[in-house]
Amino acid sequence: MSEHVVSKKTYFLIFGALMVLTTLTVFIANFDLGPLNVIVALSIAVLKATLVVLYFMHVRYSSKLTWVFVGAGFFWLAILIAFTFSDFATRSWVVIAK
Amino acid sequence: MCSSGLSTQDSALSKHGRESHSTSDWACAPLRQHGATARSRHAGDVGVFDHRNHVLRGLFLSYILYRTKFPDSFAAASSHLDWKLGAFNTAVLIFSSLTMALAVYYSQVGDRRKLLGFLVLTIILGLTFLVVKAIEYHEKYVTHHVPGPFFGFKWDEPAGDPRQAEMFYYIYFAMTGVHALHMVIGIGIMLVLVLMAKRGRFTPEYHSPVEISGLYWHFVDIVWIFLFPLLYLLGAHIHSH
Repeated sequence: MSEHVVSKKTYFLIFGALMVLTTLTVFIANFDLGPLNVIVALSIAVLKATLVVLYFMHVRYSSKLTWVFVGAGFFWLAILIAFTFSDFATRSWVVIAK
Repeated sequence: MCSSGLSTQDSALSKHGRESHSTSDWACAPLRQHGATARSRHAGDVGVFDHRNHVLRGLFLSYILYRTKFPDSFAAASSHLDWKLGAFNTAVLIFSSLTMALAVYYSQVGDRRKLLGFLVLTIILGLTFLVVKAIEYHEKYVTHHVPGPFFGFKWDEPAGDPRQAEMFYYIYFAMTGVHALHMVIGIGIMLVLVLMAKRGRFTPEYHSPVEISGLYWHFVDIVWIFLFPLLYLLGAHIHSH
């Protein structure tokens, strides 16, 4: 198993991108965009997390098995949120007699 | 390959008894160590990624549910957090992720002095984060924003239910508290790495402890990348007008 050494330049570039994105998310937070607020904030956060996972955590250069585990983690998180919400959002649809 | 090559050597040296074993151990050591390194790195990677999503999941879920239920109260409560301190801490953590990544880099190329330097820098940045966090917690304590019998929240114009704002602060303290605990553990791990690096335990062939601890450190950074906008920036627009 040969190891991939990520160059220092890549690390500095990712660091710069993360700082720019942090400034951007703070700047945008000053405006009230209604429901878009959370969408924009989370999109930037997901983008930042992806950069950290792919480059700082070397997943881009890792084995397929690592990819499967990373994917599985997010998959279960999606199930947790989706199923809970399908319950939460539909509670009022059915009125149960007392 | 190593073992078959040595078995002939073993039999040739078998009359020397125990000596043959020590010879084969010594001859095989570099190869065996490298094999173990590759395997443990693999397992470590997978282990950290498996773990990283479990922690805080439930808290994220309760945040989403209560925020959907009380959007205005959550924004109002969030506007009382200092986003400047939150942004400063975000920058500190991202910077510490860079120093950690560089520490891993120097462990890979085998520069012990720079590895030590970047590990110590990572520790200092981690401590900086915790100090700022402590200042924030103290401010919340003084202004009665800590949930419990002394919770008192001053509403702006349209007053809402204080218990909804209290729920925001329950979640705020639970999430940032769990995160800070992970930071404390991370700093402890870094201290162990510093001791190991000082004793020259790491080589370009064997540095998985640095690498796997790096994965942990970045994971804690990722959690904060989500906590910052969700907790601090939620109501930032309220006071900017």
